[in-house]
Amino acid sequence: MMSDKTFEPKIIAFCCHYCAYASADLAGSMRLQYPTGVRIIRTPCTGRLEVEYYMRAFENGADGVLVAGCLEGGCHFIEGNLLAKKRVSAIRDILQESGIEKERLRMVNISAAMATNLAAVINEMVNIIKELGPNPIRKINNGPDIEFKEFETLNSQK
Amino acid sequence: MIVAQRKKIPEIFNVIQEHKSVLVLGCGTCVTVCLAGGEREVSIISSALRIASRKAGKKIKVNEFTIERQCDNVFIEGAAEEIKKNDAVLSLGCGAGVQAIAERYPDTPVYAGLDTAFLGILESRGVWTEKCMQCGTCVLSDFGGICPITRCAKHMLNGPCGGSREDRCEIRADQPCAWQLIYKRLKNIDQLDKIAKEHPIKDWSKSIDGGSRTIIREDHRI
Repeated sequence: MMSDKTFEPKIIAFCCHYCAYASADLAGSMRLQYPTGVRIIRTPCTGRLEVEYYMRAFENGADGVLVAGCLEGGCHFIEGNLLAKKRVSAIRDILQESGIEKERLRMVNISAAMATNLAAVINEMVNIIKELGPNPIRKINNGPDIEFKEFETLNSQK
Repeated sequence: MIVAQRKKIPEIFNVIQEHKSVLVLGCGTCVTVCLAGGEREVSIISSALRIASRKAGKKIKVNEFTIERQCDNVFIEGAAEEIKKNDAVLSLGCGAGVQAIAERYPDTPVYAGLDTAFLGILESRGVWTEKCMQCGTCVLSDFGGICPITRCAKHMLNGPCGGSREDRCEIRADQPCAWQLIYKRLKNIDQLDKIAKEHPIKDWSKSIDGGSRTIIREDHRI
């Protein structure tokens, strides 16, 4: 696929509260840089994530979905991240069948102290998606384009 | 319970692609328990079909609805309004559910989203095994509650065949020899004498071989 140099992938990153989200927090404190097209959504545990969330994200035009949980064996809820791993794997197959490259959905394991790793993983993911190009359904028939609203906007809508 | 599994998305998309709107209809009974056609699977498969539809440059409206039981007219009525709003129905029910919907809506194309596999039980989380092939004349009482028709690869009523190795079936090594299980079970319940009983040739006319079956209970008919 042709890669568009101006293309900034929109990626939803589901980060678990106890590890990956804390590492994103730390990445902020450490002033680590990662592309702005990544929106982090805090979740109690990656095992809490319904697989429909991944499907809906792609259906609504997300270019990639990153699921970041604790290190294997280090889940606050013992095995939530292991359950998430299997679910992500199953949904990757369904995405591939539907015509979305499975590389657009990825699960990683990040501990609360691994801020540099998180930034590296995000950069890697962004590069993979830049290679793949935008979510294929966005390009056809003026497909849906996921809108990242600022927190202020979201709050003002309530 | 009836155990089924989802068809691949391209196969489903292929049959629905000519329609403008499709209702993905789930069933809240067996296929919900075997995680193939319940409300959640309706949501996932609908999402996948919307993606596939857009990818193919089409604008198929994929709507979602789930009823308690697709094989029962009383519950099917609950989906009447939704079915009427759509050009076709993709049923995520078992084979009986798909046919029940199709019979009730003669003018609406009804497609199957699942492959109905067998009548079985939940062995452990995420594992289902076949236990009954509905032969029509149950022999479980003679075999300590283990079905040689379903679980023996050769359907032997007078087993074992002699081919099992280390308790495993010679046809499929991942399966236990049903006759080994029957022997152990009969021994445990002190009915080992039953294993020596000779069973005559089975009457398969009571099975599907005699055409699809009907049971009529006059005492319950109105």
